Amino acid sequence: MADRQIMNDQDIRRALARVAHEILERNRGAEDLIVVGIHTRGVHLAQRLASNLTEFEGSEVPVADLDINLYRDDVKARMSPRIRPTRIPVDIQGKKVVLVDDVLFTGRTVRAAMDALNDFGRPQQIQLAILLDRGHRELPIRADYVGQNVPTAPDEVVRVRLVETDGIDEVAIVRVEE
Amino acid sequence: MSLLNALETEAQPQVIASGGLKRRRHVLDLDDFSRQEILEVLESAEGMSEVLHRDIKKVPALRGRVVVTLFYEASTRTRMSFEEAGKILSADVINMSASGSSAEKGESLLNTGLTIQAMGVDTIVIRHPHSGAPYLLAQHLDKVGIINAGDGIHAHPTQALLDLYTVKEKLGRLEGLKVVIVGDVLHSRVARSNIWGFAKMGAQVVLCGPSTLLPLDMLRPSGVPANDEPLASVQVETNLDQALEGADVVMALRLQAERQNGGFLPSMREYIRRWQVTEARLGRSSPDVMIMHPGPMNEGIEISSTLAHGGRSVIERQVTNGVAIRMALLYHLSAGVGA
Repeated sequence: MADRQIMNDQDIRRALARVAHEILERNRGAEDLIVVGIHTRGVHLAQRLASNLTEFEGSEVPVADLDINLYRDDVKARMSPRIRPTRIPVDIQGKKVVLVDDVLFTGRTVRAAMDALNDFGRPQQIQLAILLDRGHRELPIRADYVGQNVPTAPDEVVRVRLVETDGIDEVAIVRVEE
Repeated sequence: MSLLNALETEAQPQVIASGGLKRRRHVLDLDDFSRQEILEVLESAEGMSEVLHRDIKKVPALRGRVVVTLFYEASTRTRMSFEEAGKILSADVINMSASGSSAEKGESLLNTGLTIQAMGVDTIVIRHPHSGAPYLLAQHLDKVGIINAGDGIHAHPTQALLDLYTVKEKLGRLEGLKVVIVGDVLHSRVARSNIWGFAKMGAQVVLCGPSTLLPLDMLRPSGVPANDEPLASVQVETNLDQALEGADVVMALRLQAERQNGGFLPSMREYIRRWQVTEARLGRSSPDVMIMHPGPMNEGIEISSTLAHGGRSVIERQVTNGVAIRMALLYHLSAGVGA
């Protein structure tokens, strides 16, 4: 099992700064924006993005946490994941929602996230920000903002570690031998 | 008390492989739950509680799953709670009662269970007046998850989990708390499961009531070493004022009127005078003491009305949390099964 580092802490910081600028550019500011992180690591990335947005634009951007496990269509036999509370502090009706996750792979998580958001209201727009796009989509979903594109083999595992959960900022490809 | 000893030994299920919540097939009692697994249930219940407080209380998690509630005993809150939990998760919930079913024609529990299994049901929630009935189903049905919603005087694990959740929600912890369970502990499946639950989570459990209604030998069953964890830490106290000293949690149990005729009580008046939980008797408890009751209550017997509906009471909160706990259990037992 050999690890291959894709991004270090500086790469992640720069990517999030660029993505924040792209979000502001596309939306012409931060008005009506709400950043929604998908549990677990998406939540921390969303907080970092929101603080970038707040810093660059000078106005507070609200952040929300979304747990999508109750909306999944790919729960494996007897592997039901832990359910965490969804916290959406503002009404998303008519807002521009930026969904945030660490890795975009099959697209099934994002589909589930869009279903989940619908139960809370009808946003004007949903955009998608991703730290790492590794390809192999199974649904017609694409990211609006991408930290980095990395071609991967389907059997490779992308491991994202963040200071908040793992004590270190790093993205690596880990090949798991069967 | 041979019945209790018999339960101690009979209730060792061979059907359960403990491998944490993800591998669990049945919920029969808390004796085979690890501390970690209990924490996982409580954490998931917090997520479920959030769903319960949404404007749109519906998620698709158990779409296409079928849950049967099979109740051989009367119940309001437990049955409704399971039904609501299943429906919020989009499972199809079928309610079946002994009255009006083939049970009245003499069909055995096992045959009823096999029939339900043959219909492709994923989870059976069973309440039965006989201790051990859910174990029988768990041993003989290999395609259905079993949840014990109360069996005889043996166990009521979902009630205990919702009680643990309610205490942790209010006080922020379970470890080191003094939990006093007052009343007819002997005949209470709620108490029995709660003793396992609170003791495993590191709380100090004190059982209080007339000595005729306390399972005095439960703590020292023959053949079990006195230091057998976690029950070794459980204490028995017949004097309510002593028991309540420094209490963080007081749980009053329903006193069934039949107990008086059964010779367990000299008179209801004496019981009320000595063991009714009232505001006045909480003087030496913790200032933040919380009052619980599994319901249905006999107000004015085991608990005073003012206390039951006062600011310290979390009795309605217990009902709300019961739905969240049952959502978490239904989800973990049936999500992804067969996928």
